Amino acid sequence: MRDRPLMLLTVIAIGCVIAYMTIGLRGDLGFVLGLRATRLFALIQVGVAIGVSTLVFQTVTGNRILTPSIMGIDALYLFGQILLVFMFGGLAYSAVDPHLKFTVEVAALMVMTIGLILPLLSLRWDMGLMLLVGVVVGVLFRSLHSLLARLIDPNEFAIVQGNSFANFNDLNADLLAMSSVLSFAALVLVWRARHVLDVLALGRDASVGLGVDWSKHVVGFLVVVAVLVAVSTALVGPVAFLGLLVVALAEKMINSRRHAWLLPATALVAIIVLVGGQTVFQHALGNSATLGVVIEFGGGLVFLVLLWKRSRV
Amino acid sequence: MICVEAVSLRLGEAIVLDHVSLTVQKGGITALIGPNGAGKSTLLSLVARLVPLQQGSISIDGLPVSTTSSRQLAKIVAILGQEPTIASRLTVRELVSFGRFPHSRGHLTASDHDAIAESLRLFELQELSERFLETLSGGQRQRALVAMTFCQETDYLLLDEPLNNLDMYHARELMRSLRRIADDKGRTIVIVVHDINHAGTYADRLIGMKQGRIIADGAPHEIITTKALRQIFGYDIPVQMIDEKPVALHFRS
Repeated sequence: MRDRPLMLLTVIAIGCVIAYMTIGLRGDLGFVLGLRATRLFALIQVGVAIGVSTLVFQTVTGNRILTPSIMGIDALYLFGQILLVFMFGGLAYSAVDPHLKFTVEVAALMVMTIGLILPLLSLRWDMGLMLLVGVVVGVLFRSLHSLLARLIDPNEFAIVQGNSFANFNDLNADLLAMSSVLSFAALVLVWRARHVLDVLALGRDASVGLGVDWSKHVVGFLVVVAVLVAVSTALVGPVAFLGLLVVALAEKMINSRRHAWLLPATALVAIIVLVGGQTVFQHALGNSATLGVVIEFGGGLVFLVLLWKRSRV
Repeated sequence: MICVEAVSLRLGEAIVLDHVSLTVQKGGITALIGPNGAGKSTLLSLVARLVPLQQGSISIDGLPVSTTSSRQLAKIVAILGQEPTIASRLTVRELVSFGRFPHSRGHLTASDHDAIAESLRLFELQELSERFLETLSGGQRQRALVAMTFCQETDYLLLDEPLNNLDMYHARELMRSLRRIADDKGRTIVIVVHDINHAGTYADRLIGMKQGRIIADGAPHEIITTKALRQIFGYDIPVQMIDEKPVALHFRS
């Protein structure tokens, strides 16, 4: 019964992809198509990573207005960037092998996520406390980030700043191969656990009663979320509201919280928003605005609507 | 058989359970009764491994709950917790089919669908089966949750206040269904009930708890007496025999 919206989303997504690849083709076709294909691949990967990580995060935390950036995961990422520049200087920062840097970054994010969760597992599990700690840690890293930003050389700050805003025009294409392995592994794990995610959405007690080891799965899924956030942040920079927007839209279309439906729908909506949006911006609006800003604006509005609807229930 | 041996539980300074030992044989309905804060729900949660054991040991059919895998336990014991909050947007049928998860891991087979249909029928939910949970009343939702627990088809059913939110008709229907499940299918049911007359009418054994201890244990006619009830609840409850069954007039002053 939910095949139809999924079909519809698939058709629109394919349409967006075709439009992105073909509109305004000029010059050396082989070169342009190659460039566009790389960017398309990166956009799709970022969109799916953000959408799926938000969905999984919302399910695990049992809260539909949260996104992983609440946990300060992207804040730690940005702090790591500026710390590197601060310690080794902008030149060295630019010269570091991006693969090595990326590996270390992903590892650091996973360690932090696990470090945040483990102490809470030994005590009585309290999701609210964990989120609060995440928020505080996020604020801490954001403040440290702006402190370092004031201390470093302005020229070097410019290097960091390039990484601190979501930028869908200038993707880190050299990381694509590596990040796609990670996202693919994460997505396969999530897809295989789609039924477990349905159970986790029932809450802790019901999950345990149904034989799902709650703590183990929550930790596992949060690590997967950290990987996906690291991937998307490394490729384009931090995006707070895109995930919220995408998951809310997908849920509206599917009218269910079943992950077997919602996961593909979220991925498709993310592709439509990012690839479609990028096409519109490049060709219709002549790059006069940034997609990142518009998405954050739209996502922020969705966030407010969700809050408002909730407060009335 | 559920074996609870010398189980104690502290939450901070408060002693919630104090050296509780209890054996529940296979089959029949056992009802836990007692005032608020007596530790009934905690005891049930410990047996269902929702709360980690601190002291003592609990085993179900010889499997210790603290070390047996959650997945294995889910096939022999099902629990309905108190006030489960379901945030997900689900239909009644979807909720009930979650009861099949321990068996099918989400891939429903024909026999799973049969079990779901049976649960829906047993708890009179057929007409509501496609409704979303948030559109139901508290009592209807409660019945859907009980149906999900039943659908797990475990030998042991632990129900924490299953009569919550139910009207008189549905409360009686639920207790009768439980009786049938126990008699016809040989399931073992442990419930926490506040209405001692329901407990006395449908249960085989009543266990009275107070301040973290078991202070009374016996057949309904042994427990539903003014003397035993005074020990458990701390006030005088007149008991009258109606059709040779003791009925506690707990609402009379």
